[in-house]
Amino acid sequence: MSPAASPVAIAPRSLPDRLVTPWRRFAGSWEALLLVVAEGVFAADAAASPYFLDLWNLSDATFNFTEKAIIALAMAFVVMAGEIDLSVGGTVALSSTAMGAAAAAGYGTPALVLVGLGVGASCGLVNGLLVARLGLPSIMATVGTMSLYRGLSYLTLGDGVFKDYPAGLAWFGQGYVWQMISFEFACFLALAVVAGVVLHRTTFGRAVRAIGNNAFAARFSGLRVERIKLILFVCTGLAAGLAAVMLTGRLGSTRPSIALGWELDVVTVVVLGGVDIQGGSGTVPGVVIAAFVLGLVTYGLGLLNVPGIIMSIVVGLMLIGTIALPRLARRLLARRLLSQRSPA
Amino acid sequence: MAPAPADGFDLEALLARREILLAAAILVLLGTVASRFPAFVGATSLANVFNDSAILIVMALGQAAVILTRSVDLSVAANVALTGMCVALLDVHAPGLPLAVMVVAALALGLLLGAVNGLLVWKVGIPPIVVTLGTLTVYRGLAFVLSGGAWINSFQMTPGFLGVPRFAILGMPVLSWTAVLLILLAGVVFRRTGVGRGWYAVGGNPTAAVYAGIDPGRARFLAFCFSGTLSGLCGYLWVARYAVAYVDVASGFELDVIAACVIGGVSIAGGIGSVPGVVLGALFLGIIKNALPVVNVSPFAQMAISGAVIIAAVALNARAERKRGRIILRPQTLAPRAAGARP
Repeated sequence: MSPAASPVAIAPRSLPDRLVTPWRRFAGSWEALLLVVAEGVFAADAAASPYFLDLWNLSDATFNFTEKAIIALAMAFVVMAGEIDLSVGGTVALSSTAMGAAAAAGYGTPALVLVGLGVGASCGLVNGLLVARLGLPSIMATVGTMSLYRGLSYLTLGDGVFKDYPAGLAWFGQGYVWQMISFEFACFLALAVVAGVVLHRTTFGRAVRAIGNNAFAARFSGLRVERIKLILFVCTGLAAGLAAVMLTGRLGSTRPSIALGWELDVVTVVVLGGVDIQGGSGTVPGVVIAAFVLGLVTYGLGLLNVPGIIMSIVVGLMLIGTIALPRLARRLLARRLLSQRSPA
Repeated sequence: MAPAPADGFDLEALLARREILLAAAILVLLGTVASRFPAFVGATSLANVFNDSAILIVMALGQAAVILTRSVDLSVAANVALTGMCVALLDVHAPGLPLAVMVVAALALGLLLGAVNGLLVWKVGIPPIVVTLGTLTVYRGLAFVLSGGAWINSFQMTPGFLGVPRFAILGMPVLSWTAVLLILLAGVVFRRTGVGRGWYAVGGNPTAAVYAGIDPGRARFLAFCFSGTLSGLCGYLWVARYAVAYVDVASGFELDVIAACVIGGVSIAGGIGSVPGVVLGALFLGIIKNALPVVNVSPFAQMAISGAVIIAAVALNARAERKRGRIILRPQTLAPRAAGARP
């Protein structure tokens, strides 16, 4: 570190001791771009529908994405560590099914919540053991467990349904903690703060990104790569279990097809949030804003009576567009810089 | 995968070959079912199972090419839905068109959809999983836009359009013959052409491939084109076979396709896999699917069973591919984690 302080001037070009101000760094960041997109979507929604700017409507709007956003917070860590968990939809289904079975056996609300969280964490543990202990590639292992978890749900329920839940459970999906702030939304905000602190202010968060950058080097730096990955998968399973508790409380019924295709939405939020799908970088604020963007887009389109499948086209195009455009712009910029510099 | 040495009978090397292992597993599976239901292994029954697996086999061959280059194509089932919808609409609105035109249209549209994936991966440099996650929703959404959400039923389509895949030649329907033909074609492409060897090279070691004059991006692009074209053909075959076209055709089928590849020994890390392995992997899934109702297992168990099979196959693949890491520190010397222990 000491050579940096040496008085010898580096000729012909000297390095500024500070490249950009924090404000300029933010202005050029992915999060800023996302924020602009979010504001644009918000303004467009407000202009398109007179019902959008109603506070209770906005509160309702949070319901359709908070559960996915909570899973996305945990998934972001898994992706940053260079892995992926495609089994979250299946985990939600299995957790919800287990809760239904427990409710049918006569257990009360606290036990049901514990069952949901416990089954979720166990599913995550199985994923973690397959990836961290057996060393399987996570994309394939979790494709397998996705089928396995949802398959177990189908095996239990067949074409049946669990719908006799105690009244208390509904609070987890429909209750409000203060005014129009729902329990789900408050939970999401609290978890986002926790995730942000863990990722950006602790050695654990630094270790996660180090593993994603180079797991081999991380191991030689003394990081317990396997253990950290195991923890991340268990946390993702736990988040899926929490989402299952909320979703079951909100819907009041469980079918095996519950949360079908959620893994794609969750991964979309994570990638849209600027997390490198190959691991190593990403921020929690980015993921949070991306969740808002997707929530606003789907809610705004819903107010305009656009069918769900058209919304998924928009989401798909946004996923590709937001990643492709900055890359293309950067390449164009680099080419221009190159052509400016070469004649000199 | 390196072939076993020719000298002598090497049982261990033989067992290490995925194709042999899978063939044995399939025989055991068939034997178990046959011990209680001998009719299942009759020639007609087996031919039906093959016919039922034909689409899966063809799509798995395309997916295998993509996975060989260290990519993955999640959009294949959406490709089937969109292409199937397009040719069905074409048949409804222009009933006079000859079938050859339809098939060419299906191939061309599939190729186009695959090329879009390939170009985004090659020219824009977006990771394949992200690209195909996006195009998966876009392609299926386009099928909805085209049809307005309506179903196209068998009475709206012409008999020629629907009947050809079912038309029997030498006792086997055209659908099965198509699969046989494409298996042979894939066998040649994978092993005997520069394009196919390029896929192996890029997946095995992209850096070395560049030094050998192979453009990894271009190889990936061609693999996506190959996969897209086969999916497009399957779009027609699917719609004709099931005599209905709707938005959710083949929903979730991409996972079956990937599962067939993995069971067939294609490494998700790229560069490893063979055509016979993929075919056997798809057949394995097809046999399980067809045998479950026969042995009176609830069809609801099918998903859990294929999940377990996928995990087992991935574990087997990983065992076969595990690279022996260099041990530079013995666990004993690692144990005292005192500061300054480094020499």
